[in-house]
Formats: sequence, C-alpha cells, structure tokens
Amino acid sequence: MKMMRRNVLIAFVLLVAALPLLPVPEFWITQANYIGLYSLVAIGLVLLTGVAGLTSFGQAAFVGMGAYTAAYLTLTHGVSPWLTIWVGLAFTFGAALLLGWVTLRMSGHFLPLATIAWGLSLYYLLGNIDALGKYDGLLGIPAIEFFGISLNTGRSFYYLLWLLVLLAAFGAIRLLDSRTGRALRAVKGGTTMAEAMGVNTFRLKVTAFVLAALLACVSGWLFAHFQRTVNPSPFGLNKGIEYLFMAVIGGVGHVWGAIVGATVVKVLEEQLQDWLPRLMGTSGNYEIIVFGILLVLVLQYARDGIWAFVEARFPKPQRAVDWGDAPALPHREQPPKGEVVLDVDQARKEFGGLVAVNDVSFQVRAGQILGLIGPNGAGKSTTFNLVTGVLPATRGKVLLRGQPIQSLPSREIAARGVARTFQHVKMIPTMTVLENVALGAHLRGASGVASAVLRLDRAEEKRLLREAQRQLERIGMADRMHELAGNLALGPQRLMEIARALAADPMLLLLDEPAAGLRLKEKQALADVLRQLRSEGMAILLVEHDMDLVMGLVDRVVVMEFGTKLIEGTPEEVQASPAVRAAYLGTEH
Amino acid sequence: MDFTIASILTLDGVTNGAIYALLALATVLVFAVTRVIFIPQGEFVAYGALTLALLQLGQVPGTVWLLLVMAVVASVLDAVAGLRRGLPAAAVATGALKSLAFPVAVCAVAWWAAPRQLPLLFQSLLTLAIVTPLGPLVYRLAYEKLADATVLVLLIVSVGTHFALTGLGLVFFGAEGFRNPSFWDSRFTAGPLTLTGQTLIIFMVSIALIVALYLFFERTLRGKALRATAVNRLGARLMGISTSGAGQLSFGLAAFMGALSGLLIGPTTTMFYDSGFLIGLKGFVAAIFGALASYPAAALGAVFVGLIESFGSFWASAFKEVIVFTLIIPVLLWRSFQHGHHDEEE
Repeated sequence: MKMMRRNVLIAFVLLVAALPLLPVPEFWITQANYIGLYSLVAIGLVLLTGVAGLTSFGQAAFVGMGAYTAAYLTLTHGVSPWLTIWVGLAFTFGAALLLGWVTLRMSGHFLPLATIAWGLSLYYLLGNIDALGKYDGLLGIPAIEFFGISLNTGRSFYYLLWLLVLLAAFGAIRLLDSRTGRALRAVKGGTTMAEAMGVNTFRLKVTAFVLAALLACVSGWLFAHFQRTVNPSPFGLNKGIEYLFMAVIGGVGHVWGAIVGATVVKVLEEQLQDWLPRLMGTSGNYEIIVFGILLVLVLQYARDGIWAFVEARFPKPQRAVDWGDAPALPHREQPPKGEVVLDVDQARKEFGGLVAVNDVSFQVRAGQILGLIGPNGAGKSTTFNLVTGVLPATRGKVLLRGQPIQSLPSREIAARGVARTFQHVKMIPTMTVLENVALGAHLRGASGVASAVLRLDRAEEKRLLREAQRQLERIGMADRMHELAGNLALGPQRLMEIARALAADPMLLLLDEPAAGLRLKEKQALADVLRQLRSEGMAILLVEHDMDLVMGLVDRVVVMEFGTKLIEGTPEEVQASPAVRAAYLGTEH
Repeated sequence: MDFTIASILTLDGVTNGAIYALLALATVLVFAVTRVIFIPQGEFVAYGALTLALLQLGQVPGTVWLLLVMAVVASVLDAVAGLRRGLPAAAVATGALKSLAFPVAVCAVAWWAAPRQLPLLFQSLLTLAIVTPLGPLVYRLAYEKLADATVLVLLIVSVGTHFALTGLGLVFFGAEGFRNPSFWDSRFTAGPLTLTGQTLIIFMVSIALIVALYLFFERTLRGKALRATAVNRLGARLMGISTSGAGQLSFGLAAFMGALSGLLIGPTTTMFYDSGFLIGLKGFVAAIFGALASYPAAALGAVFVGLIESFGSFWASAFKEVIVFTLIIPVLLWRSFQHGHHDEEE
C-alpha cells in the first residue's frame, strides 16, 4: 500500500513533466497553465483554511498585487521580472501582515470579513488609478526570460509554472509534517490547548495568513507574464470566493486536494460558460449559480472534499520509525525534593458578581502529589485555569518557584515548566497519537517554517519524535502510537494527554480529572506512573473525583466547596473531617 | 465646501445610513441567533427592489418561481425525512401541504395581480410577501443541516448562497438596471435643504421598524425566545425553544428587512441584480462597529458609514467604495484593542 501511494505520486509528477512533450492540443496546455496558477493560490488556502482553521476571501486581491506589481514595474521601468517578484512579495507581505495583525486578535470570523472588504477595496482601487490603466488595465507585458530562453509560449511557460506548483505542494507537505505544522493544526481547534503547549497562536495564525498571501502573490506574478495583460476583473471578490471554492471542493485539509479542486473548478467553469448561456439564451456569468449551490452541497454532504475519497483508497503509510538513535532532548533541571514549586496565595476569581475562587491558598512541593477535590462547581477547574494562565486572576498571587506567574499568558507559564491536561480532552483527532504527543514537546524544539520546508529540521524532529515515543512507552501506549488520535476511546485519549504533558518535561504537572473514563486496570497503571513521577521529584496537582485513586495516591488533599478552601490535610485527616462529609453528602437536620 | 453642501451631504449620508442601519440590525440578529454571518443579506435588498420593478412593468418576477421551487424542495426534503423517521404518510402529507400553502397562495396572487398593474402600495406589500418567505427557506435548505458547524463553515455556506442568489438575480432581472417610482413625490424645503417625500419615508419606516423590533424583543414571547437562543442555544433548546424555528424566524426577519430596504432605496438609486451585495456589505461594516453583537453600536455605525460614504463621494467619488471598505481596518483595530482576546472553542 505504501509503495502504491508513492508510485501514484511519481506517476503524477512524471505526467505533469511529460504533458507538454505529448502531442496534446494547445488548448490543453493553456488549461493546465490556468490550473497551475489556481493551484498555487489554493495550496495557500489549504494551509490557511484546512490546517489553521482560518479563511480568506481576499486571495484574489493578493494575486492582483503580484500581477500589477509585475506589470507596472516591467512596463514603465523596464525592471526584470526576476526582480519584480520580490517587490510584489514585499508588498504582499506588508499588506497581509497588517490585515492579519489587525484581525487575528479577535475571533476567527473577523479575518474573512476583513478580507472581503480588502478584496473589494483593492478591486476598486486598481480600477480607478490612472497609472494602472483604470478598468482597462495594462497591456503588453513581456514574457519571462529564463537564462536567455523566452517563456513566451504556453509550453515553455508551463515548465516554470508547474515547477513552482510542485515546489509549493511539496513545501506545504513538508511544513505540515513538522513542529510548526503540528502547532498550526493545533490552532484550528481553538487556542487554549495550543497555548498550553507553548505555541504563540497569534503569531502562528499571522504566519499562516502571510504564507497563503505570498503563494497567491507568486501566482499573480506568473499570471501577469502568462496573460501578458492585466485588468482588475480577475482579482475581484468573486474570484477570491472561487479560490476558496477550489480548496473546499478538492479537500481543504489536503495539499493535493488543492490541485484536484483547481482542476475540477477550471474544467467545470469552462463547460458551464459554454453551456449555460446557450440554455439561458443570453450571456452572463451564470456559472456562479452552479458554483454556489455546489459549494453548499459539498459542505453539507462531503465536507472533506474529493481528496478524502482518494485518501480513503490510498491511506497514508505508517510513519517509518527512524529516530531510534536520535540523542535524547536536554532535561530540565528539577527543583530539589521538598521545595515549594507552586504557591497559590489568596487567589481570587470573580465572574461578574459570582466569586468562583474565593481567596484560595495552597502549595505544591517537588516530589509531592497534591489532590484538589470538591463537589461539582467547587471552583477546581477555575483554580486550574488561574494557575495555567487561561484566566487572569482578579486578585492574589500565583508563584512558581517564587516567581509570580499570575499575569503571564499560558504559553509563558508552559515555558517555565508547567504542563497540564484538560478536563475535556483537547487533541487533534486527525493526527496520530505520536504526533499529538510530540506537540507537547513543542517548546523543546526551535525550528520554524523555513527549516521545515528545507528539511533542515530533521535532526531536531527525530529528537522530538523519540521523546514522544518515550513518553508513550512510559504511559503504556507505545503500541498505539501510529493510530489516529480521533480513533481512541476516551480512556486512552486521557492517557495520551498525560504523555503529551510529560513530553514538555515539566517540573509541575497539572492533571484535570485524568481518571475519568479510565478502566480499573488503566487507573492502576496511571497511579503507578504518577508514583514514579513523584519519586523522580515532579510536583503534581491532581483534580479528581475518584476517591479511591486520590486517597491511595496523594500526599496531601485540599478540599474546595463553593469556591472556598474548606480544609487541607493528609488523606486520613480529610476523610475523618465532618465538614468534608457535609460538603459531599449534605448535613443531617 | 460650504455649509450648504455639508448639510446636503449630511442629509444624504444619514438617509443612506438609515437603510444601512436596518441591514446592520438584521446582520446582528442573524449572527446572534444562528452564528451565521449572513453575506446574502444584500441579495434580498436587490430582490425587493427589482421584484417591485418587474411588478411595475406588469411582469411576473422570477422570484415568484424561486419561492415556489424552494418551497417544494423544502417540503419534499421534509416529507422524505418524515417518512424515514416512520411518520404516517397522512401526517407527512398534511405537513407538506401546510408548509406549501403560503408560498403557493403568494405565487397565485402574484400571477393574478402582475398583469393588472395594481396600485404601488399593493405591489409593495406583494413584494414583501414574495421575498420574506425566501429567508426561512434559505435557512432550511442551506444552513439548517449545518446548524452545529463552526462559524467558519457557516460563513463559507453564506458565500456559496450569495453566489447562487446573485446568479439567480441575473436570470430573473437581467443585466439592466431599474429605478422605482417614488412612494411620495412631495418636496419640502428647510433652509438650504430639500427634503423629498421619499427621504421622509425612509426615516419614518426605519425608525418605526427599529421601535417595532425593540418591542418585539422586549415584549413578546417569540422575541424573548430569539434572545434566549442568542445567549445560549442549548439552554434555549432545553427550555423548549426550537433552535430551528428561531433560525427560520431570524432569517425571515432578515429577509423582510432586506426587502423593505430594497423598497425604500429603489426610488433613490438605480438598482442592478448585483447592487444589493455592496449595499448589504455596508450594513456589514456597520455591524462590525458593534462586533456583530451590539444593536445600538451597529445602528450608530450605519449612520457613520452613510456619512463617510456621502462625504467620500464628494471629495473622491471614484474612490468612494475604497474609502468605505477600507474603513473596516481601523474599526477592527479599534475593536481588537478594546476587547482584546476573544476566542471561540470548537
């Protein structure tokens, strides 16, 4: 099966390379060139929409930026196309950075709204500037010269174009299979988990948006030198929507889906533009009716697009284990046993008039497990969120080894050695267990987009994956590391989250109901792992409802009720306390 | 620029702003209740204005057939779903007939009335009756199945719907523009200003509708049910509020407000099949002033957008649209610093 997938891929690349050599009609080459131009934009949208969960309707405007920069500079200043591309990329970078920076701090839907406005603005701007020929555009753009060869025919241009398309596709695939790629996917499901893994989600979102815009700009540069003329209409909002349609219909989560989508849309467009006006009796862009309805139907019935069907037939091969001899990642120096690692001092959280956490204080020491228990709604999870920086405290202090952390964002708290799991499992279901756990080690790597695309990150990547496997072995899940995380039952998902937290090499581990959904055997195994971690000197804060597990495992217990700390003591003291019984069972009257 | 020009531009801006306010309110309403960013809002504006234009010419507008087809498709889908769930055939049939009754009746009236060229007021009411039910039908056919999807998916659905409705607009109304007759031809002069009857109607209808909406949300059970759905969908459902019903109602209101805006704006500008989109988007820019959440901020934003537009077209008429849509950037910047991090989890 693995060979099969590879063979299909090789066959595809060979076909792409051989097409202009075959005696196919010129029309086919023209079509293939348009498909290539569209594919570049759609690949960017796959990164943005399918992977990072953002979207843009303004990609056509970035294409326009690239095209107009190329056209204007070559025509009026005689600048070589090999220079104009960089000018176009610089402009696009600036525009995308500004748009992303302004909108991505807010909910995900403000970016697409801003890109609609941006797409419209640029269209009217291009159409009203005299120097750019208003709505008539610019004519007579020269062809690109490549070492003295003029790429002025469809066939010669084809090679440059498709070389870039394949480079973009393989670059995107490499990016997705990297540290940054994992973080990008984590952003899609909401930012809390990604931030807890130390990912700067805002920066990453902006990066994804800028990357997609740059790909669109390259497409525009090529477009100008292919058509040899530019005018505003191919860069309007409708085209921007069409690009998104390509990505969605092909399969917005798959890089190859972008090319499939571009092909389908181009061919369909051609046919519809031919047939519909005949049907209607007048000309007009009636194909948007079909596109619109198709888009809605695809989202309703086949949200993963066409490529999902291909993926089902030729599943991705299992990742080859090639990190066996990679050196281990450096280990954080753990505080000496008994030292206070976490000091929560009079922490308070108010939601409007509700006091969710009422001046609660407790300490967790290295080599100690502190259990935090209490009935539902006692404020345990809110306390957790205060410690991990998900919520800002209204008042009070949270100290990590004496350093205040209460005003830091999650990712900085994570960087200081605090790892956590979530009450409701937060993972990336479409990644394997191993990749999910490797996300936990995000902060122990440093490679970014460029090194992923150039594959300079492989040594580090091996170390990260080795660490992930090591933590899975520790938790007893090494045999399932190649499974998709979404296929796991709830119990193993929770164990995977613990392995992910451990992959961060924390000094303080926060577990939010880790045993919920676990079977007895799994619970016992979990308890053994936690005991071992304690003996290695880790500080652990455990929120749990399973009293057998808590009382048999922890060193001290803090009981909360209605946001207030009720009592703190050893398990025996707490079990004997009448106040605790009253909190859990009510009082007799 | 002197005071006269400034006051004329102001009046012009506030008049358009009143229309944008209606659209902005509809946008906020739909988003609050269904989480749908309703890009096709503007299509209802065009449908409203152009349906009336065709009725004026004594033709049966294509929107009538669209209403009929959509109603039939929705009923068939309902019937199939009902039979699959094992409902008795008789119940399924009566259900289908019930949901078809109103659209069929409207179509029959339109077909009968169109060639007779009845008075403008009657044609306007007929237009509202044709366009308004399109809202709930669009919700049922395009969105309902995806009601629990992410905002992003719903937004892409919106864009698809916008494509389809715009293309259909071209089929129904052709590429030519129409300008509707004024509802009230009188003119009043107040200093340098000339108020037309149409301007007064725009103000009065907008204010009346805003008041009516306020009363609807504050005083009626259905209005409160919509508010409850906006606050918490699951909670509302547990209280016995149908989220699907709430979605249809909000889309119905949006279509009504869109069509009404189309009727109001029709006599003041030439409408094309795709003019609605830009008008709707201006309502959108206004809604973003209130981060798609605040009704008063959206209404104020609408007036502001109207003013920017009228002054912008005076100073740099070619760049009018550029100015209005670029405005969204500073507004978003301001909102993002005011509200900081907003995040939604899936």
